[in-house]
Amino acid sequence: MSLSASAPATPEAIARYEPVIGLEVHVQLATATKIFCGCPTSFGAPPNTNVCPVCLGLPGALPVLSREAVELAVKAALALNCRVRPQSRFARKNYFYPDLPKGYQISMYDEPLAENGYVDIVLEGAPKRIGVTRVHMEDDAGKLLHEGFRDSEGCSYVDLNRSGTPLIEIVSEPDMRSSDEAYAYLTEVKQRLQFIGVSTCDMEKGHLRCDANVSVRLKGAERFGTRAEVKNLNSFRFLKLALDYEISRQVALIESGGQVEQETRLYNPDTGETAGMRGKEHAHDYRYFPEPDLLPLRIDEPWLDRLRAAMPELPARKRARFIEDYGLREYDAEVLTATRAGSEYFETVATVSGDPKSAAHWVMGDLMGLLKAEGKEISESPVSARHLGELVGLTAKGELSGKLAKEVFAKMSASGEAPGAIIEREGLKQISDSGALEKAVEDAIANSPKQVEQYKGGKTTVLNFLVGQVMRATRGQANVAVVTELFKRKLG
Amino acid sequence: MRITEKEVRYVAGLANLKLDDAEVARFRADLDGILEHMDKLNEIDTAGVEPMAQVLFGQAAGLREDIPEQPLGNEAALANAPRRGPGYFKVPKVVER
Amino acid sequence: MDIASLSIDSIREGLLSRRFSAAELAADALRFAEAANPETGAYLRFSPERALASARRVDERIARGEDPGPLAGVPVAVKDVILTKGVTTTCGSKLLAGYVPPYDATAVVRMEEAGGVILGKTNCDEFAMGSSTENSAFGPVRNPVALDRVPGGSSGGSAAAVAQGTAVVALGSDTGGSIRQPASFCGVVGVTPTYGRVSRFGLTAFASSLDHIGPFARNVKDAATLLRAIAGRDVRDSTSAGVPVPDYAALPGGGVKGLKLGLPREYLKDLKSETGALISGGVDAFQRLGCEVREISLPSTDYAIACYYIIATAEASSNLARFDGVRYTSRSASSETLADMYRNSRGEGFGAECKRRIMLGTYVLSAGYYDAYYLKAQKARALIAGDFARAFEEVDAIVAPVSPFPAFKLGEKVDDPLAMYLSDIYTITGSLAGIPCMSVPCGKTAGGLPVGMQILATHFGEPVMFRVASAFEQAGGVN
Repeated sequence: MSLSASAPATPEAIARYEPVIGLEVHVQLATATKIFCGCPTSFGAPPNTNVCPVCLGLPGALPVLSREAVELAVKAALALNCRVRPQSRFARKNYFYPDLPKGYQISMYDEPLAENGYVDIVLEGAPKRIGVTRVHMEDDAGKLLHEGFRDSEGCSYVDLNRSGTPLIEIVSEPDMRSSDEAYAYLTEVKQRLQFIGVSTCDMEKGHLRCDANVSVRLKGAERFGTRAEVKNLNSFRFLKLALDYEISRQVALIESGGQVEQETRLYNPDTGETAGMRGKEHAHDYRYFPEPDLLPLRIDEPWLDRLRAAMPELPARKRARFIEDYGLREYDAEVLTATRAGSEYFETVATVSGDPKSAAHWVMGDLMGLLKAEGKEISESPVSARHLGELVGLTAKGELSGKLAKEVFAKMSASGEAPGAIIEREGLKQISDSGALEKAVEDAIANSPKQVEQYKGGKTTVLNFLVGQVMRATRGQANVAVVTELFKRKLG
Repeated sequence: MRITEKEVRYVAGLANLKLDDAEVARFRADLDGILEHMDKLNEIDTAGVEPMAQVLFGQAAGLREDIPEQPLGNEAALANAPRRGPGYFKVPKVVER
Repeated sequence: MDIASLSIDSIREGLLSRRFSAAELAADALRFAEAANPETGAYLRFSPERALASARRVDERIARGEDPGPLAGVPVAVKDVILTKGVTTTCGSKLLAGYVPPYDATAVVRMEEAGGVILGKTNCDEFAMGSSTENSAFGPVRNPVALDRVPGGSSGGSAAAVAQGTAVVALGSDTGGSIRQPASFCGVVGVTPTYGRVSRFGLTAFASSLDHIGPFARNVKDAATLLRAIAGRDVRDSTSAGVPVPDYAALPGGGVKGLKLGLPREYLKDLKSETGALISGGVDAFQRLGCEVREISLPSTDYAIACYYIIATAEASSNLARFDGVRYTSRSASSETLADMYRNSRGEGFGAECKRRIMLGTYVLSAGYYDAYYLKAQKARALIAGDFARAFEEVDAIVAPVSPFPAFKLGEKVDDPLAMYLSDIYTITGSLAGIPCMSVPCGKTAGGLPVGMQILATHFGEPVMFRVASAFEQAGGVN
């Protein structure tokens, strides 16, 4: 156990060292059933109800691999630019823990699903490639509850609903050199996997979990330092905080003449520190051997081709396409490709309206505002993409004034109707015909002699007042540009 | 001597088997004799031989479709539990953090 | 009716001609078994409700004029490592003394669908680990042929029940000889099918790549009928084979004239004299039937014991980890901490043989030893399998002894585990290769102890195996 007995590291000291970080990410696959049995993976079920002989580890039970889990895992590997092995093998990882019903996890060892991949991150404009060593499949353990019951002082409670949920483990090369790089890597991985529908990647629900391997070495040194494993990083924020703390801790330790121990440390969000876990004897002798109850997994070229063809467009490509085809700014393209649902929503609005730039404006502004106010996801949007597309299109064609469009939008979100129906019913179509507006303009001139005097006297800003009168009289339907032109013509 | 008492205790620890001193001594002797026989394998030339972990007939993988099946249910799941809480299995307190 | 000598055919004939009903037969069989059981201890418990319910279903089918199934009304005993829903299943261990499974093994389901009637669960070595059934936590089984001797193991109870007549057929399990050896010791037929022929779903795993479920019977045809009923692809067992199941019981006529049988020279070395003489006599019988018996070589035989015990114990050490006191096994009274719970529950619950094998298996997989032991054993296994593949290019089937000696006395061999392991030499080789093999009665020693003849065939070669066994049986073995 290492105590934080050394003085904290100074920024100067830290600057002399280079952190070396690798991340191990566990992602829960978005299947309806577990990896080796037909139990539902649905969240929030009462304890020990989504269980069967297989995921309970009853005697005589045997695992049967899910095709869907394999396909999602392969897609994840492809999205991370990995080479999928034609044959991979499951292996048993043996250890005892109450949340591990069989006394072993079915994972993969020396024949993983995929290897040698990478993702590209961009940090302050500078691109960097982070290697992905391997992707493999495994089954999740159950859950332990240590508090909340009368006898929680002396007992822990075991719920095996989660046992058997399909996971992939993504191991990066130790290519990251700062907590920011780690943050960017995890962001990129999360976005890609979410995008292709492999997982929700919801860290709060535990669908994405991250452990880090951290070491430091003097800048310019060739060999890696001793690394510590840091666990319990269950948010992006904690990831950054924990890594920064750990880097600092290791530097301080080395500077004061100590040695970094190869150990597992837990991040404590309350103290902001990492602490060594109590004696985990025999922790690392997992006695891996090939899983005899499963056949080797063969993924042939035709299957791989089918999966490649079924892959949705990845975020980086989509971003580039939005910029090139729709002329969007880089920032807007980033926002609109943050999630797959969002990007598809936007693209529908852009296509239906025929005006991608306005579509971007509306989606990023009014729509996002509405969703935030109502606490909804884009998939729950009260305004459908098609309808919004129609609305934006009408505005672009000049059939609806910008101001009225906002009112119509509000009505659409309340009733779910198409804009056309609302406009028709309430007669909100923008009036652009000068002939139709002539009378209203003349009325305004007649009713506002004072303002007319002011305008003729050179106070051009009073035109807004006069235009406003016409807007009120026409219940906002008048085309402002046409009205303004009419006033100018009549008043000189 | 192919296996020491220390190794016997280590292995028993890994396998979570409590052994008293007499058992440790007795099993050490048993395992020692058995492991001596296992050394026969050193005589066999296995260079270039593919390990045979399973009996394989080139069977197709037999993958499962992603269709939910009826689970056992809580009653049946807990029916043989030595100790249980309301809907849960119960174990002595796990100290980790 | 003489319960102890019923066959599947005679039961079928009796039912269809309405001489008796399945319910009557089940009741009679239970009565007979309950009365006779104390002599051998073959059964651990009876399941009368289940038996009568199955029997009634058979009677209903007959009443409706439907085919009642190939095992209609047949009283069956099931080894206690095979799970039966609602019927206590202990695997011969204190750890599962009160365990009631929530599901049936696939083999059990198929057997009952075929009309079989489960009378009860039979005693066995704890978690199928042993060759004498003396490792059961619930007392040994006595060989009905000689009550001061073991019935063999680990499926001693099933073999004894069939030999004693308290079951017509039985299900057992075989990992390294646990069906064939007790069949030989008790003088009945025992079949270990091709690996993957019968689903392992619901068989408590000992060594996953070596475990099989197989039938015991008093004649070859009944064993073949039972095998056919339970064999075939099961989606719940990823290792189960999709090869179609032929009608094993439709034994082709024409005998075995001209078939080439191989006799492994490496197996003839250490045979005890009486067994050796009987096997020799069996070989003569095959020759009289018109077979060509030639010597073959299985050169890797010497390494088979080491290979088997490394692989089997390695897999077993992992398979038995689930018996931990958490979800369904008995928990030690001294379980204050988690570590105590694990160590004491398992330490108190497992018998010595299980502990020995778990530790050996843990050792051979542990860091630093994997390559020297486990990986090396996997390569040796490939060589052993290769020996058989080459042999079957030359011969149609192989004949061999089952055990170097007949049934020994209770307590005679409990103190030398290595000696017990070494006696598995003739049976573990077939298990390692995954080929079908069976024991058929060959003859008896001067003291009246049965000795079995082993017949082995290539993968899915059960038809030729049964053909050879049946011809041998018709000829009366050595006589």
